[in-house]
Amino acid sequence: MITRKDLLDIESLETSEIEFILENAKPFKDLFTRSVKKVPALRGKTVLSLFYEPSTRTRTSFEIAAKRLSADVTNFSVSTSSVVKGESIQDTVDTLQSMKCDYIVVRHKASGVPGMIAEMTDASVINAGDGFHAHPTQALLDAYTFKEILPEMKGKRIVIIGDILHSRVARSTARCFHKLGVEVGFFGPGTLIPDAVPEFIHTFRSYEEAIAWEPDVMYLLRLQLERQKHNFLPSLREYHQTFGITHKRFQALREKGTWIMHPGPVNRGVEVADDVMSYERSLINQQVENGIAVRMSVLFSMQPRVAARALGDSGESSS
Amino acid sequence: MPTTCLLTEADIANKVRRLASEIVEAHPSGPLGFVGIHTRGVVLAERVHQAVTDLRNEPVAYGTVDISLYRDDLDNLGTIPAIKSSDIAFPIDGRNIILFDDVLFTGRTVRAAIDCLMDYGRPSRIQLAVLVDRGLRELPIAADFVGLTHPTTREDHIRVSFTDTDADSEEGVFLL
Repeated sequence: MITRKDLLDIESLETSEIEFILENAKPFKDLFTRSVKKVPALRGKTVLSLFYEPSTRTRTSFEIAAKRLSADVTNFSVSTSSVVKGESIQDTVDTLQSMKCDYIVVRHKASGVPGMIAEMTDASVINAGDGFHAHPTQALLDAYTFKEILPEMKGKRIVIIGDILHSRVARSTARCFHKLGVEVGFFGPGTLIPDAVPEFIHTFRSYEEAIAWEPDVMYLLRLQLERQKHNFLPSLREYHQTFGITHKRFQALREKGTWIMHPGPVNRGVEVADDVMSYERSLINQQVENGIAVRMSVLFSMQPRVAARALGDSGESSS
Repeated sequence: MPTTCLLTEADIANKVRRLASEIVEAHPSGPLGFVGIHTRGVVLAERVHQAVTDLRNEPVAYGTVDISLYRDDLDNLGTIPAIKSSDIAFPIDGRNIILFDDVLFTGRTVRAAIDCLMDYGRPSRIQLAVLVDRGLRELPIAADFVGLTHPTTREDHIRVSFTDTDADSEEGVFLL
C-alpha cells in the first residue's frame, strides 16, 4: 500500500512503501523484453523534468521511464530558460502549475528545493537529487539491484566507499539498505566522512578492516572531481591506491565473489581499476537498466493532487 | 442478503471439462495459446490447459497477463495496485490465442487484456473463455466459450473461490 503525492527522500518512506515500489518494479522490468516496451498506465499525463543541475543519466532514465508509461515528457531547460534571467523558483513553479503538469522531476544543487516545490504545486514532485541531501530513486534502484542478486537482504552487508560527506547517494542509499535490513559500512578519506554518522552505520579506518567485515557488495561512490577543490585529497593517484579497487585488490575480491556497485559515471583508474569494468560480478550496467524500471514504479506509485480531486466514486471493480 | 451457490466444486470441474472439449473441437490442430488474466483467470486457464493437453495431440502454449497497467480507471482507483508479472514466453504472432477470465461483466478487463496482448505481437485470432457470464456489458465484447450464463443486476456481487487462490473458503461460484 502506498498513498503519497511526492517522493522527496528515503527517511519519510515506510519500509513497506519501499518494498511496494521494489515489488512493482519487477513487472516493469519484464516489459523491456517485449517488442512493445510501453504500457498505457500514464497515458495523457505530463511529466516535466526540471533540472537546475546538469545530469544526463538520471534525466534520460526518468525520461525513458515516463515514456514507457506513455506519459508526455517535457524538459524545462533551466540553462536556457527565464531562470537565468532571474525568475524565482516560486514563479517558475507557478508557471508550471498553470501548464497543468502531473509530475515534476526536480534536481537542484541546494538541499530541500524539491520539498519546497512539492508544497507549491498539485503535481507529484520526485526528487532526482538535491544538494547533499537525498537521491531517493538512486537508493531504490540500488536496493532493487541488490535484491535481484541477494533476494534475502536481511543480514547481508554492503560497504560504501568514497566521498561520503558530499554524497546524497551515500545518504539515501545507506538509509534505504538499513530499512531493508542490510548492514551498512562506510569507508573513505577521513576528511570526507561526516562527523555525525548515524549509529547503525559501521565506519572503517582501513581497506583491510572493511574487507575483514566480509561485505557482500562493495559500493564505490563516484569521486566528484568538481567538488574536490578544497584540498580534501592529496592526489587522485593516492586516492586510488588507498580507497580505490586497485588491480591487486580486485584479484582478491574476485576470488571471494564480492559484488561491485557504482552509481556512475565511473572515473576509471580512480574508484576502480580498468579491469573491474568487465568483472562478471560488476552490477554497474544492471543498475542503469533497473533504474528505468524502478523510476517507472516510482512514477506509477505517486498520486498527483489533480487526480485525487477527480476521485468521486471509487467504483466497484469491473470484471 | 442470502448467498446462492451457482456452481459447486464438482460443477466447476464439469465446466472445465466442457470448456476444454469445446476448445479442442474448435481448434483440433494448429498453434494455440492460452492466456489467463490475473488472478482467477489464471487458475481457470491452468485447469482448462491441463484438460486440453489430455485431449489434443499438439501442445498448447500457456501464459498470463496482468491488466493493471492497461486499466481505464487508474485515475479513480484511489490506491495504487500491486502489479503482477505478465508472462507470455511464447511468440503470439500468427497464433490463435484464447483469453481466460473467471467472470465476464462489463467487458473492460477483457478490453484491457486485448490491448496488452497486442503489445506482444499480432495473434491471428483472439477468443475469450469465461467461467461465468453475468451480463451487463459496457463494451461490445462477447465470450466464445462460456461455462455458465447467469444474468444479474448491477447490485449483485459474484464471488468466485478457487482452492488455489482462496484457501480460506470452499471452492465454488456464489451470488451474494
